[in-house]
Amino acid sequence: MSTATVPRTATQTKVVQARNVSKVFKRDAFEVKALDDVSIEIGAGEFLALMGPSGSGKTTLLNMIAAIDRPTSGELLVLGDNIFRFSDGQSARWRNEHIGYVFQTFNLIPVLTAFENVELPLLLTKLSAQQRRDHVMTALKLVGLEDRVNHLPKQLSGGQEQRVAIARAIVSDPTLLLADEPTGDLDSHSATEVLDILKRLNEDSHKTVVMVTHDPHAASYAHVTRHLEKGMLLPPA
Amino acid sequence: MAIPLSYNIRNLKLRKGATVMTALGIALTVTIAIFIMALLAGLRDAFATSGEPTNVLVLRKGSNSELAAGGVEREAMQTLKDLPGIAKDSKGDTMISGETILVLVLPRKDGTGETNVTMRFLSPMGLEMRPGVKIMAGRWFTPGQREVVVSKSIHERFSQSNIGDTMFFGKGYWTVVGIFDSGGSAHESEIWADINQIASDLDRTQYSSVLMRATNAETAAALKNRVSDDQRLKLNGMLESEYYAQQTSTGTPIKIVGWAVAIIMAVGSIAAAMNTMYAAVAYRAREIATLRVIGFSRPSILTSFVFESLCLALLGALVGIVLMLPFNGMTTGTSNPVTFSEAVFRLRMTPSVISNALIFAGIMGFLGGLLPAWQASRRNILNALRD
Repeated sequence: MSTATVPRTATQTKVVQARNVSKVFKRDAFEVKALDDVSIEIGAGEFLALMGPSGSGKTTLLNMIAAIDRPTSGELLVLGDNIFRFSDGQSARWRNEHIGYVFQTFNLIPVLTAFENVELPLLLTKLSAQQRRDHVMTALKLVGLEDRVNHLPKQLSGGQEQRVAIARAIVSDPTLLLADEPTGDLDSHSATEVLDILKRLNEDSHKTVVMVTHDPHAASYAHVTRHLEKGMLLPPA
Repeated sequence: MAIPLSYNIRNLKLRKGATVMTALGIALTVTIAIFIMALLAGLRDAFATSGEPTNVLVLRKGSNSELAAGGVEREAMQTLKDLPGIAKDSKGDTMISGETILVLVLPRKDGTGETNVTMRFLSPMGLEMRPGVKIMAGRWFTPGQREVVVSKSIHERFSQSNIGDTMFFGKGYWTVVGIFDSGGSAHESEIWADINQIASDLDRTQYSSVLMRATNAETAAALKNRVSDDQRLKLNGMLESEYYAQQTSTGTPIKIVGWAVAIIMAVGSIAAAMNTMYAAVAYRAREIATLRVIGFSRPSILTSFVFESLCLALLGALVGIVLMLPFNGMTTGTSNPVTFSEAVFRLRMTPSVISNALIFAGIMGFLGGLLPAWQASRRNILNALRD
């Protein structure tokens, strides 16, 4: 992993540094430019909302920050690491250590309880069973679901499922929290609860949050909102 | 730590229909495999455990069967008696028994026709030299009388073999006076009677074989060599245990046909397991992608799905084992090409048979799960998340 790492001191205040990042998808004979020469910096402790119409490249950028997708050209440093030099296994380990990812559709494992879902990222650490239990309970308390420990996802409401998903994203204490339309499938009350939790995590726990959203109300929780359109990042308002 | 096992087990429970159908297919294959292995184990047990380690069997030179034409002349018996190394019993009598083997046709109790049964004619010394054979009902035959004792298996499987029944042989009717238990050895396929009575009935001057008891195992080896090397006798000595061990080849046709059937069925079961696992991988594409985003590596995903397939196969194996349990100990028979009569033995589900059945099922599960698991681990995360 050392070959892909640059000194932390040079970039410690910038969690994400994207320079001229482009992503081209090939579909049959056509080429679709999902990201077009995007450059952006996200500072530590920032709460950034990425907005834009469908197909504007928001999720593509988020997935690149999470090392799930790779750019066609350009450079992207996340936490000082040039993550695209990682092998597949290194990317997986890096995500586990540094990234918490919240999906629009919650993506909880249906056969596992709330506790077991939240515990999943910790199974990749060296924590003991008791330590894992303590971490899981802390995360579930933080999202107000300590009384739903043994519930299966189907026994929870949509808002509760997303709160469990947030607990799963933060349980390993990652530096960067990435949320892809976290309120997209929720009613307004549940959406507010989820946004309040994200804001609290940003303000109280100093997590850097990058949230993709269509919803201006959701974006209002962020410090900074940036717009993407046809793969291009628009200048700050 | 890997993906928790509960994830796989609960998913198997969730897809009850597919799980049960696939497991039943595997169970059927495992049942066939256990049946074959239990048959062979029973057969092996019957022959391999037969024979005392200090007993030396003497046959005509060039013969490998007690039933083969020719035998040991009565005069040769006296020469054999005088060989050094033969044990004496508590009464001081030399432990040597001239025996005659003949074949009797008896009808099966289940009405499936008649078959050859081995009759062994021996002296009271022959009984003494086989301490593992015990009378379990009635009594031993009386020398000089037309009386027979039948083995437990013969009693269970053949007509005319209850105490008091008679069977026509030689010059008259022989009465069944007892039933013996040979502890699952090859004698389980035999009817025993007095040697002198049959010699008189048939006017025979030869024995089919002679059994000698050596003073110990080392002497037994020397004794058999002495018999074989003596140019006057023209006889061949071998350890009694070796003689029966070579008859385990009786199971070769069962082994070939049985395993061919089991392997063909296994291919079908592997295909069924593969189909089930491919469906599971397709259905859970988003879950797999989520696990990858959380940080689980490709090998973790591969291992998890292979394990799930192994669980499926293990479930099938357990069902197969349970289905076969009622048949454990069941008596059956096959044609013995050495004695030209039926070799009766019991199906034996030994720990080795059960562990081999589990390994057989495990191989089916592994082969059935490997390709779907490989596909699951190689799936592009973004494509899977969109599913």
